Amino acid sequence: MTENDTEREPPGIGPRDWKSHPAYVSPEYKSTVLRGPTKPLVPITHSLSELTGPVYGAECVGELDHDLTRNGIKDGEPLGERMIVSGRVLDEAGRPIRNTLVEVWQANAAGRYIHLVDQHNAPLDPNFFGGGRCVTDDEGRYRFLTVKPGAYPWGNHPNAWRPNHIHFSLFGPSIATRLVTQMYFPGDPLLEHDPIFLGTPEIARNRLISKFSLDVTEADFALGYIFDIVLRGPDQTPMET
Amino acid sequence: MSHKQTPSQTVGPYFAYGLTPGQYNYRFAEVASGSMADDKVAGEHIRIIGQVLDGEGVPINDAMIELWQADATGRYAGDSDVRANTGFSGFGRFGTGTDEENRFIFDTVKPGSVENGAAPHVSIIVFMRGMLTHAYTRAYFSDEVEANANDPVLSSVPEGRRETLVAMRNEEDGNVTYRFDIHMQGDAETVFFDV
Ligand SMILES: [Fe+3]
Repeated sequence: MTENDTEREPPGIGPRDWKSHPAYVSPEYKSTVLRGPTKPLVPITHSLSELTGPVYGAECVGELDHDLTRNGIKDGEPLGERMIVSGRVLDEAGRPIRNTLVEVWQANAAGRYIHLVDQHNAPLDPNFFGGGRCVTDDEGRYRFLTVKPGAYPWGNHPNAWRPNHIHFSLFGPSIATRLVTQMYFPGDPLLEHDPIFLGTPEIARNRLISKFSLDVTEADFALGYIFDIVLRGPDQTPMET
Repeated sequence: MSHKQTPSQTVGPYFAYGLTPGQYNYRFAEVASGSMADDKVAGEHIRIIGQVLDGEGVPINDAMIELWQADATGRYAGDSDVRANTGFSGFGRFGTGTDEENRFIFDTVKPGSVENGAAPHVSIIVFMRGMLTHAYTRAYFSDEVEANANDPVLSSVPEGRRETLVAMRNEEDGNVTYRFDIHMQGDAETVFFDV
């Protein structure tokens, strides 16, 4: 380590792009009205507190954590349409974000979460848990095996249904890059009726929709979807070389 | 080639078995909890506790709080802080659905000052059903009056709102607790930063 290294600052992170992210108060999504901050956010100059973050590597991922078709098995296979979801985690400059934790949770094929608060009258699947995690590889890739989550009703308005979705949580290199989001499916007719999806600026909505991929699909086994995720990147675009 | 940020979406009401499974008694190992520092971790052992309150002052029972902090000497774990030298992970997670008062509870150590002129503080990320994008704030410590007065971030906050960022120290039977309530809205709305 040179003297310069000890003086090294972690790389800067560019601003949150508010044209890409939902506003805090989005009246069509009723719960936001009493929960979203209403005063303007206070600007902050990033310090080490924002430019560092927890590091979770391969050591925190169990052997079956990425495989939701097997990590909840009690006495058989989970019911539903098996699927693979994979993609790359990139920064805004298109560089892979390596060795970062990706956590997921979802409903089962019938649209029911194992969560005790979920009282939707659809069956639980004794062989499906619905939670998983993995760490991205050197190319920023992650991959989960699961079953396609079902749609489910919620109380936002009469006859409100959530489109099929998988919840994602990512860290990236620092607190500033933290992201929790949801992945949706192409062609879902519920998307245009969902205040959570529609709370996203229109220009950015298609980034939440995965793509069906025959390349990721495995014959006689599971359909494949690609969902690439872009986290906030360097505050200066690196020179193209 | 430039890529656009993936939009945020709400954590929803059902995060517990994926993100805080141990706390909610689901059979899935977890990467972080409210127990951030066992007896071996050096420093003053403290508890940070609080509620997340909605615009009507009602405690929210499906929020998730993440806490990130330096160790007692002011160093962050991980590669980004080249000074890092400690086994303390500095990261905690707690959902507000298991405590009967819907509090979050972190058992940790009081962080040291990270940089010259910066007062000790912890970073706090707030997620919940009903919030499509998470919120970021900091908690400072009420017994650090002088350091707080000189902290550049705290000083940049309008004076009348600074106290929303100060956790109140309380000592009882040798246990040190800091109370830090998070008000999402209203006159006492906590300062959230455009991180
Ligand atoms: Fe959901």
